[in-house]
Amino acid sequence: MDILQLLVSGVANGCIYGLLALGFVLIYKASEAVNFAQGDMMMLGAFLGITFINAEYADLPFLIGITLAALILGVFGYLLDRLVLRAIFGQPQFAMVILTIALGFLMRFAAGVIWGHDPASLQTPFVGKVWEFGDLIIPVVDAVIIVTTVALTSILYFFFARTRLGVAMQASSQNQMAAYYMGIPVKRINAIVWALSGVVAAIAGVMFAAKGAVEPSVGLLFGIKAFAAAVIGGLGSLPGALLGGLLVGIVEPFAGRYLPSGVGQIAPYVLMLLVLILRPGGLFAQISQKKV
Amino acid sequence: MSNRFKSRYDDDINLFEGRWHMAQYAILAALLLAAPWVLGNYYLGELTAVLVWSLAGLGLMLISGHTGQVSLGHAAFMAIGAFTNLALMQRGWHFVPALLASAVTSGIAGAVIARPILRMSGIYLGIATLALSIIVEDVSIMAEPVTGGVAGVFAPPINLFGMEIDRYATPEAFYYLCLGVLVLVTLGYLNLLRSASGRSFLAVRDSEVSARALGVNVARAKTLAFSLSCAITGLAGALYAHLAQAVNYESFLVLISITLLLQVVIGGLGSVHGAFFGAIVVVLLPQVIAIASDYLDNTAGIQIAAYPGLDTALFALLILLMVIYEPRGLYGVWFKVRTWLQLFPLYRKGMFRRTRTYLKTERQR
Repeated sequence: MDILQLLVSGVANGCIYGLLALGFVLIYKASEAVNFAQGDMMMLGAFLGITFINAEYADLPFLIGITLAALILGVFGYLLDRLVLRAIFGQPQFAMVILTIALGFLMRFAAGVIWGHDPASLQTPFVGKVWEFGDLIIPVVDAVIIVTTVALTSILYFFFARTRLGVAMQASSQNQMAAYYMGIPVKRINAIVWALSGVVAAIAGVMFAAKGAVEPSVGLLFGIKAFAAAVIGGLGSLPGALLGGLLVGIVEPFAGRYLPSGVGQIAPYVLMLLVLILRPGGLFAQISQKKV
Repeated sequence: MSNRFKSRYDDDINLFEGRWHMAQYAILAALLLAAPWVLGNYYLGELTAVLVWSLAGLGLMLISGHTGQVSLGHAAFMAIGAFTNLALMQRGWHFVPALLASAVTSGIAGAVIARPILRMSGIYLGIATLALSIIVEDVSIMAEPVTGGVAGVFAPPINLFGMEIDRYATPEAFYYLCLGVLVLVTLGYLNLLRSASGRSFLAVRDSEVSARALGVNVARAKTLAFSLSCAITGLAGALYAHLAQAVNYESFLVLISITLLLQVVIGGLGSVHGAFFGAIVVVLLPQVIAIASDYLDNTAGIQIAAYPGLDTALFALLILLMVIYEPRGLYGVWFKVRTWLQLFPLYRKGMFRRTRTYLKTERQR
């Protein structure tokens, strides 16, 4: 029973990692850029959610609050691409890595100035409520998180596999110039995908805030862990991101419970290194060796 | 503008391009040697910090700037160097062998890790090294006999040539020690870059496929570069431990790894100058902000000290502008200014215009 209980909390945590990893994969899939500020965007989303939903601020209903937070962060993502990231359009991946690291620092600073450095958490309608199945206790929050994650992953999966826009996004990531020749508006597509990843980050942020405390620096380490999840799955694969998130989420509580102290914290990273060493492209590898 | 006529093959690989170039470095050396008499103890300490971070930057520059493998985890190797040095000195080793041992240990650690890790490329390598940095951070809490656990270890004073060197008691001696190590490493680095190994690093950076076609053993080149890079960073870590006087796991957080990479980028990837320029910015920016904030407080009554993390934010803003407007970093700026001076009336505006590039997938490499 103990194991099952750990598994439930691990899966719920893993879903949040998975949600955040989805944001990484989205941007990677559509523009081959890696957004190191994704964790910080999630942090902004969490604070926006708190601002709209909590009683001491705007006191809006939960669903309206989460929609507003998602909309605002979506617009933020769009503007980020239009105003900042477009300036380095076409430059190597590495430039984007450095740029987003710097943007993450700036977001952390801005959040500290606006919301302060004290931990805050979200007041949700289902706080403290649980479902009991015999000995097994499932918090309603966890169930909501799992359902949201699965729904969002499937929607995005079909978006990329089936719609014109989704396929155009994949094409523009593989070869920008060729995509231009095919009549794909590559720049607009980039802006759209950044908006989309802003929306995903906001949802992940609200879910995160519903489960734990948020402070401006939370995005860095959480983002790295979610990034590890995305890499385990193989960057560029949406189901892989979810699977990687779940693996990281499940390994953490089990390693913390059954292995000596201190090992629990580094278990996700050890797992990632092992996966990368055995399969350098992740579980659902998207890399292939160039033939000459 | 001076035009140099090359009459021997050596002219292409000489360290100095002619007398004037040599004279510039002689002036720089004289200024650095005279620094303890000019600067006060506090600023001498800051200058020593610049030297130590330059050394760390050089280490990272070798793998990221010259071999093209991005590492987001070099603080891990600083930690290995620092803890090795202090642990050996506390067990009675002399400073010099302990310093060499820290370089060797970090180098071996780098070589062991390099083989599996360097099979990855680009962003996968970045995140793997980032994970490595986090793992070393936690291991340095757990490995208590060596690292002193959470409390950390204190640096014993250094005995060298019958002289006691201590960062606070004899700051100028410690400054000269760091300067000496840095100059030796820099000369070695420059020599490495003009050797066959160094050239193969550059080839691997520019195109792995072409390098392989030219007969470069890519795996060997990468492993060697990574190992040497880690050894230099380990040296920097050991010196940093003596500069800070006490180190624990918090001295080598993952944030330090990221800052180190940003430092190299801001200085200019792929140039030896860049490592130094970057270190100057990283060490002196907080000083400049502190002075500016005092000035604003006294004259205009604006208190910017009320915003914690302002120096990090300004640093990030600087990076942002640098990546957008000058991808070759401060070295690029310096290079343009130098060219303008050399060509004086003849400089044209479009000389450094960037060509339009389009991103191609890195999933096929």
